[in-house]
Amino acid sequence: MTTGLSTRTGANTLERRATPPPPKRRSIRLGQLSWPGTVPALIVATLFTLGPLAIIVMFSFLSRPAQGGGVVYEFTLEPYVNFLFQSDFLGNTMFDPRYLVVFGNSITQALITTLVCLALAFPIALWIVTRPEKLQNMLVLLITIPFWTNLLVRTYAWMLILNDNGVANSGAQALGLPKMELLYTPFASQLGLIYTFLPFMVLPIYASLAGFDFRLAEAAYDLGARKIAVMRRIIVPLAVPGILAGVLLVFMPALGSFVQPVLLGGGKVLLIGNLIASQFGDARNWPFGAALSVIILVMLMVALLVIARYSRKSGKAVEVSL
Amino acid sequence: MTTPIPTISGFDRIDPADSPSRELVIAGARKTFVTPEKTHVNAIDNVSFTIQQGEFFVMLGPSGCGKTTLLRSIAGLDTLDGGEIRLGGRRIDLLPPHERPVNTVFQSYALFPHLTIAENIAFGLEMERRPKQEVAKRVTEMLDLVHMPEMANRKPHQLSGGQQQRVALARALAKQPEVLLLDEPLAALDLKLRRGMQSELKRLQRTTGITFVFVTHDQEEALSMGDRIAVFNHGRLEQIGTPEEIYEKPASHFVADFIGETNFVTTPARRLGTGAEERLEVTLPGGSPITLPKVVPTPGGTVTLAIRPERLSLSPAGERFASGRIVKLVYMGTDLRCTVALADGTELAVRVPPPFHDGIRPEAEVSLYADTAALRPLLPEVQAAP
Repeated sequence: MTTGLSTRTGANTLERRATPPPPKRRSIRLGQLSWPGTVPALIVATLFTLGPLAIIVMFSFLSRPAQGGGVVYEFTLEPYVNFLFQSDFLGNTMFDPRYLVVFGNSITQALITTLVCLALAFPIALWIVTRPEKLQNMLVLLITIPFWTNLLVRTYAWMLILNDNGVANSGAQALGLPKMELLYTPFASQLGLIYTFLPFMVLPIYASLAGFDFRLAEAAYDLGARKIAVMRRIIVPLAVPGILAGVLLVFMPALGSFVQPVLLGGGKVLLIGNLIASQFGDARNWPFGAALSVIILVMLMVALLVIARYSRKSGKAVEVSL
Repeated sequence: MTTPIPTISGFDRIDPADSPSRELVIAGARKTFVTPEKTHVNAIDNVSFTIQQGEFFVMLGPSGCGKTTLLRSIAGLDTLDGGEIRLGGRRIDLLPPHERPVNTVFQSYALFPHLTIAENIAFGLEMERRPKQEVAKRVTEMLDLVHMPEMANRKPHQLSGGQQQRVALARALAKQPEVLLLDEPLAALDLKLRRGMQSELKRLQRTTGITFVFVTHDQEEALSMGDRIAVFNHGRLEQIGTPEEIYEKPASHFVADFIGETNFVTTPARRLGTGAEERLEVTLPGGSPITLPKVVPTPGGTVTLAIRPERLSLSPAGERFASGRIVKLVYMGTDLRCTVALADGTELAVRVPPPFHDGIRPEAEVSLYADTAALRPLLPEVQAAP
């Protein structure tokens, strides 16, 4: 063991002595990983992000087998045509807005989620930032507590709260209010979405406000600004990167969500997420499901490009990560 | 080379001659802080004084003496626990900051990083909802005033410290305040830049006629810039006066020590005469008795004298008030710094200018001469409450 080690060390030294020092100095950047260190991560990243994406894009241009499920390797644009047009038994093709309505509903719900989260998160973030530092860390920890348990478990908990004999209705009855139907309503679905995504809005806004120099607010007061003007002209503009990051982090997953609409909304309103899930499931129409996914992807990419352009034009960096 | 003084619209409305009564009065100001150790500290301890209109007024003191707290109270960013602040007879200490005709230049400059230089300067005017044209005109004037017309569309982070300082100044002046408050505005600049900004500030103050209240801990800066200086220590006002009065006639041990270099000699004193004729007679080791024109209380029969090193002489001039032995010589370039030990062990610093260097060597026995006016008896120190 010892000898093996020493021979190996000796070999190394010999080898090092044998190779002449490189004539050109290579600049060393501290903290940089060498190539071999990054290769495994690159392989994993490529396989798991680009791989599925490539498969989905490919599937969306393939045909559906007669019995459904899987794909037949024959190029077709049918899935995309089916998104907007429907053929009846006689072979007439006509415009069919049903899937557009699904998209509209999904976008509406995602927008409401984003706006409500923003309205709730900004004051929360601002309040946390103005606390003493020790308390701030504690409060940020509290914000992340929901992440400690599984999303499904938390959603079931909401079902217990909202059902006919749940906490909400018992409380209402105790106050002499009539029993309300809460569970399996669009309201419950919306509530679940807001609950789920609120931390994703609070954290980036908090991050952007945490660096805020409150002496700037003092300077604004000194120059004659009132509270509202200080908020509108100084604090909010400086928090814009965080707000944009929060909007992205909430809107994108809210658009494709399907757990809350099914479990809390009772699946009464069809949303993109459920539609796609059903295409790969019950409906056994994989190419159409893939096409729907690609359509969302393109929409989000366009939205991101618009934000990126704004970011370049205004010179504000958008921090999507924390 | 003199820069032409630009004409600025609006500032002439506060010509001191027109309204001599618009003075800033601090009356009985008090503020207490609670330290983390739960002890109460008087940040401002019953301070009263008046700042004349159009004056360059300096508040000087070591850090933590309450000068900045008082400045922030005038601006409305801090509130006093007691007392009043009046501007031209109107009480302003209960008004919110945006209703006070007072603006501040902050130590950190506090420029808005997301706004351009022009937008920064326009901010205060926009808060007043002035017409757009007027705002634009005024911003141009202010940029000219601080010699930065080409910087209008830059962002603060693209400017050097000195340039940011000018913008902060322009932004505060744009609102034509009656009083401009400056909180150690030059502390972050290097020495050369600071000298330049000092004369720039004096020029701006004369041009605009605005009352400047300038906070600093740098006694040299205070002496060179202020029309009058207020010296603070532990939240109390120690002395208020012109730079000359502060330097030549320090009212307390603290002032004499804080400003410039001073020798302190404690010596037995005798009271002569009574009433208006009362005089103090002191005798220092190896000197002849000297009668001082100013009388101070002499608890325990002693008095402490403050003497500036440059007011002492080794060659006969004025009274021969002490003699001793040279224990240390330091060549300073502009003069020779001698430390003279008296018979009782007291050491006095003497600055000897170049023509009189001959014959000065260590261990030499010398006599010290001075004008009687240079020997300033100090009021006995009141022991500060712990």
